[in-house]
Amino acid sequence: MPMSPRKRARVSRGIQYALLAGIAITLAFLADWGLLKTQFLNPEVLPKLFPELITIALKNTILYTTGAFTFGLVLGLILALMRLSPVGPYRWIATAVIEFFRGVPALIVFIAFQFGLPIAFGVLLPGGTLGTVTIALGLVGAAYMAETLRAGIQAVPKGQMEAARSLGMSQGRAMISIVIPQAFRIVLPPLTNELILLTKDSSLVYILGLSGATLELTAFGREGLNQYVNLTPLFAAALAYLMITIPLSIVVRRMEAHAERAR
Amino acid sequence: MAPTDQNSITPAIDVRDLHKYFGENEVLTGINCHVDDGEVVCVIGPSGSGKSTLLRCVNLLEQPTSGQIFVEGDEITDPDVDVDAIRSRIGMVFQQFNLFPHLTVMRNLTIAQQRVKGRGKDESVEIARKNLEKVGLAEREDAYPAHLSGGQQQRIAIARALSMDPDMMLFDEPTSALDPELVGDVLGVMKDLANEGMTMMVVTHEMGFAREVGDSLVFMDGGVIVERGNPREVLQNPQEERTQLFLSKVL
Repeated sequence: MPMSPRKRARVSRGIQYALLAGIAITLAFLADWGLLKTQFLNPEVLPKLFPELITIALKNTILYTTGAFTFGLVLGLILALMRLSPVGPYRWIATAVIEFFRGVPALIVFIAFQFGLPIAFGVLLPGGTLGTVTIALGLVGAAYMAETLRAGIQAVPKGQMEAARSLGMSQGRAMISIVIPQAFRIVLPPLTNELILLTKDSSLVYILGLSGATLELTAFGREGLNQYVNLTPLFAAALAYLMITIPLSIVVRRMEAHAERAR
Repeated sequence: MAPTDQNSITPAIDVRDLHKYFGENEVLTGINCHVDDGEVVCVIGPSGSGKSTLLRCVNLLEQPTSGQIFVEGDEITDPDVDVDAIRSRIGMVFQQFNLFPHLTVMRNLTIAQQRVKGRGKDESVEIARKNLEKVGLAEREDAYPAHLSGGQQQRIAIARALSMDPDMMLFDEPTSALDPELVGDVLGVMKDLANEGMTMMVVTHEMGFAREVGDSLVFMDGGVIVERGNPREVLQNPQEERTQLFLSKVL
């Protein structure tokens, strides 16, 4: 006798749950829990990671990311406005900068600023590690964010600029008060993505040669791995990244919901 | 340069030999048109006749290709003119309302007052409240535009324009995007404005409004003004064949 569609769906779902439970039970029996615990969450190693994991590594990751994101956002906005400029050369320059820094690996940019600049010109970027990260990673971030912001500005209906101008606002004032705030709202999700990508890309600073107070999460985890010959520091560093990115996602989801209500 | 009319009264809006091209396409082919102080001029015509373009040229949302436009005697087509200063004297109401969706109703009404007119917070809020009351939406000052009906949004848009104390108001098909049952409220607000003596130029399809409120009716077709006169006379007894043809379709 053929089963009704509803009954078939119920049976199918039952099989899927059973399969999942089977795999979970098998893994639980096969896994060497003792080994996993000593390797990933070793109670001897874990306490030794604190407070440096937070006070140095997490703090530096946040610091480097914030620097790069802030610089990238400001430069990205400038590049986006240049891309929309009626003046040809502004558009060409912005396009060239965006294409270059979007197409080149961030690692190459880091190496160029840290080791290329001294060789070529005998100078180093100011501000030490933080200065170099801010500018190098910021440039790469700016290239991505510029295109996102430009799309956002263009997505604001033309009538908004016209209404603002008809009230006597100048072009610049209308951009700042009316168009750009709406553009930011539109690009909030892709901008968050960019911030999360930058958080992870900040690990590339390892190429600058970090030590002591300049260590960020990845370098800290790697150093711990070498020191304790144990995965725990690396695992802890990975979890620390999630402590940044997950709250970020939650905050942005709240902001989106709030913006949606005002729509 | 001052307009050289024989009569001593300067018209609120004076358009002379206005031409406007969009690329190869000539949308306005030599418009001459004036609106006197306190006058309500309604502009009708088929779509593509150039009526919205004419209106948008008056506050330079479109740049005229050639010709002159004077607003209260000041030539706004002069390349050295302060466009923003001229615009703040002319209120504009759009078909699509164009309220600022990220701002509350109150902020929609106060932002330009503060940023352009340099008014303080208290003064701008007071003026905004007065105008919200005028359009019958005093209780909605904390709402966001998206929470208002189309008719309410358009009345807010009128209040926003009025809060800049304009000398004249331009309406670009203000009721065309509204559901039929919401048109009346907006037209009512516009009628009140006209009765207060506001100078108005209204591009519209509302023949009833044109007949009842308009001092003068302009019929445009193909980028020219075909006929102008008293609204009742033009609507009842159009002189030009093109006007007759258009009115036979819409009335």
